[in-house]
Amino acid sequence: MSERPLLSVRGLTKRYGERTGCVDVGFDLWPGEVLGVVGESGSGKTTILHCLSGRTAATAGSATFVQRDGTVVDLLRMPEAARRRLARTDWAMVQQNPRDGLRMSVTAGANVGEPLMALGARHYGEIRGRALDWLGQVEIPLDRIDDLPATFSGGMQQRLQIARSLVTRPRMVFMDEPTGGLDVSVQARLLDLLRGLVADLGLAAIVVTHDLAVTRLLAHRLLVMRGGEIVESGLTDQILDDPQHPYSQLLVSSVLPP
Amino acid sequence: MSEQTVPLLRVRDLAKTFTLHTQGGVTLPVLRRVSLRVDAGECVALAGPSGSGKSTLLRAVYGNYKAKGGQILVRHRDRLVDMVSAGPREVLDVRRVSVGHVSQFLRVIPRVPAEEVVAEPLLALGVPRNQALERARALLARLKIPPRLWPLSPVTFSGGEQQRVNVARGFIGGHTILLLDEPTASLDAASRGVVVQLIREARERGAALLGTFHDADARAMVATRVVSLAEAEAA
Repeated sequence: MSERPLLSVRGLTKRYGERTGCVDVGFDLWPGEVLGVVGESGSGKTTILHCLSGRTAATAGSATFVQRDGTVVDLLRMPEAARRRLARTDWAMVQQNPRDGLRMSVTAGANVGEPLMALGARHYGEIRGRALDWLGQVEIPLDRIDDLPATFSGGMQQRLQIARSLVTRPRMVFMDEPTGGLDVSVQARLLDLLRGLVADLGLAAIVVTHDLAVTRLLAHRLLVMRGGEIVESGLTDQILDDPQHPYSQLLVSSVLPP
Repeated sequence: MSEQTVPLLRVRDLAKTFTLHTQGGVTLPVLRRVSLRVDAGECVALAGPSGSGKSTLLRAVYGNYKAKGGQILVRHRDRLVDMVSAGPREVLDVRRVSVGHVSQFLRVIPRVPAEEVVAEPLLALGVPRNQALERARALLARLKIPPRLWPLSPVTFSGGEQQRVNVARGFIGGHTILLLDEPTASLDAASRGVVVQLIREARERGAALLGTFHDADARAMVATRVVSLAEAEAA
């Protein structure tokens, strides 16, 4: 077990005027750990990701992150330029809609190669080689490397987005409803793929989802959110099989078993 | 009980109540101050009518159910961990290294082959992939799962086949404490014999086993002691 968390969030609060995004959210994320965040729409799940990734400014709180060199930064308070640099090297975001995470006007290969070029890779053959390797890992036929993502199915687009996110070997990944818009059959394949990648690469990840089955497969620990607050947190299977808070019980009992 | 024996698992005054908030806040007290110990080399069978809390006890020991009170001390990496108060990361470490669980049903994941399902606990311990898969196949063969099924997901397997995959997954990790929830249910005599043998081997290597065995024959073959939940509850 590693001795200190990669990310420590304390007192994270986001208010949109009168409306509340999230209140006093606190948790630790350890290297190699997948944290699931569940709750109904509007419970503040996505707000957490937006604050951590710098898409929205938090109202209060801190999010200390241990960088590769061991130094610590507060993600909520770092200068924009430094945050952008960190976003290229240390973390990645997988969006619910792959079109938000891909560049639709360039080829699949370019989508995977671009993040490498942003980090300074210049050798074309090498970049293409890495892109091919990643297309293989996310099970996209290699002869589609020069096609535009628009010609891909939804599931393939989502897998391409995952390749684009992970090609730079980030240490932390934020996923917002990664299986959201996909057919059930495609979801299973994607989940299996994500499960393998997260384990093989030792990634720390925060997965926001309203699908409890997804958390059972992917997440070590869960946060249950309601009205912007964490109402229960703990081991995934313990929360799903023996939820304590009335809201967690409602959430778990509302799912129709297949 | 001799004094040299080491309790690997000790349950003290364990209480478990379910509060059903979605059903008017009904409370169901299932375990009231249960105490028991399991030493190295023992296989303790829990007895009691269905609904008496045998599976609940096993799940509480595994950290799957949250106990209301008492202690569940398990020996883990040369110390004692209380599963009632341990944090999630510690519970996961205990499960990886020290406490294994054979549940009543296999939770199948689409697309993950049977041999991978079985090898997973070894991979989690850092055993190289090839070795882990080799040992998984050997155990599946012992449990009479035909090789043509090894690369397939157990989704389409029969109940008995799924149960044998489950047993293989539970026994492969060499855990020092094994929780067995009806490991011989839905198995034919030959497969049941293999499970009985696996339990004996685990005892011989010094593991502590706690389980429920609905089937009286199987229980007689494996249990070194039978504890009824009613007796284990403090008066």
